[in-house]
Amino acid sequence: MVIQKRFGLSMLALSCLALTACDHNDDDEPAPVPPADVSYSYEVTVQNLTQGQPLSPVGVALHGDAVMWEVGMSASAALEVLAEGGDNSDFTASEGVMASASGAGPIAPGSSEAITVTVVNEPDTFISVATMLVNTNDSFAGITGHALGELEVNQSMTMVLPVLDAGTEANSEVAGTIPGPADGGEGYNAERDDADLVSFHPGVVSADDGLTMSVLTAAHRFDNPAVKLTITRVE
Amino acid sequence: MKLKQLTPLMVATGLTAMSGFAQAAELEVTVQNLTRGIYFTPILITAHSPEQQLFNVGEAASTELQAMAEGGDISGFETAVDALSADTVANPAGGLLMPTAATTTTLSTMDGNTALSIVAMMLPTNDGFIGLNSWMIPEEPGTYTVYINAYDAGTEANDEIRGGGAPGAPGLPVPPPLEDLVGTGGSGVTSEVTNATVHIHPGNLGDNDTEAGMSDISNTVQRWLNPVAMVTVTVSE
Repeated sequence: MVIQKRFGLSMLALSCLALTACDHNDDDEPAPVPPADVSYSYEVTVQNLTQGQPLSPVGVALHGDAVMWEVGMSASAALEVLAEGGDNSDFTASEGVMASASGAGPIAPGSSEAITVTVVNEPDTFISVATMLVNTNDSFAGITGHALGELEVNQSMTMVLPVLDAGTEANSEVAGTIPGPADGGEGYNAERDDADLVSFHPGVVSADDGLTMSVLTAAHRFDNPAVKLTITRVE
Repeated sequence: MKLKQLTPLMVATGLTAMSGFAQAAELEVTVQNLTRGIYFTPILITAHSPEQQLFNVGEAASTELQAMAEGGDISGFETAVDALSADTVANPAGGLLMPTAATTTTLSTMDGNTALSIVAMMLPTNDGFIGLNSWMIPEEPGTYTVYINAYDAGTEANDEIRGGGAPGAPGLPVPPPLEDLVGTGGSGVTSEVTNATVHIHPGNLGDNDTEAGMSDISNTVQRWLNPVAMVTVTVSE
């Protein structure tokens, strides 16, 4: 902003000089200065608050006024891929996404990662962030359609997130159905054998708490909130 | 997110204190069931004087609360809040509110009815309920979101096996569609009430045997983590 103003002033000074130097040629207007591009950059910091649920690489997307999921609605195919297998590539490539970024890798319990996403000349975007709790069948945490337009540079917002259930895969917890290190089983599968509605997650049960077929233990249990999210506008 | 909601709330509280009287308001109230597999019985939404409460954590349940939490019967509460000149909507969903479903209603509040309370039983539970307790309705027009938790009325042992919904009757009431979603043959999780006051519900235990085991509840579908419901209140201009 400051740079732009100074630039404008010096241009004005130059044009005055030019005017005084020339022969009162009023038709000789200076060429209009094209407005400079403005970048809007956001640093998204995701911290894992669980005891035993690594988070899949975080998907971050900037888009218009829309949501990428809603409790009570069927999950999109892109969200299903993320929530069942931890793969955010379809999610961040969804229609209408103006800019996106992915975390470098899984986030271990207690750890955090900062991811930066930038758009140019789009001051009023909305953000969606999603990550899978990988030792589950199809759970994820995130926010969607959160307005960024009122965030000033260096201003941030912090929130803690509950765990959601994509509703696309039954929470069987059986061997071969969970992609995380607790099992090393299958991730995404196009079949939908659950409610097919996004809901809050009922929690994992685990073999230690009476689900005899479960590959999970007490170490994989979680409660809300599971993720801390901070969004800071850095540019 | 929460901070943003708190700020207008605090402003509204300040205005109430300054103006010294509480005005009538036009509200739109939405209750959404956030759970994977819990049903809510007919919901009671009531705006009343802030001196009144439908329940209090750490205190024994009233007979009205017991009837609601054990069997989903809100008629006792309706009579009680009518006697207090509350503004009430009973059963906005017209029956059970399914998992993840939402119901929306409007509520016109009279002067002085500045606190909002919402209750409904959770099925399948013995005496679990969703509870919003005397939430102060903001005076500033806007949309406010409140997440609410699951409480245990403390009036019935959480045995988690089929039974009745009448006050004092043990077991889970299983009206349709719960009839087909709850197992049989459970031996019973417990026959004791260890806290006879209203408290945060410890959650369903359940098991994965639909014909035996300790519980008739499914442990993969009919558990929950708080919060269990989202209430959205829009205060009109």
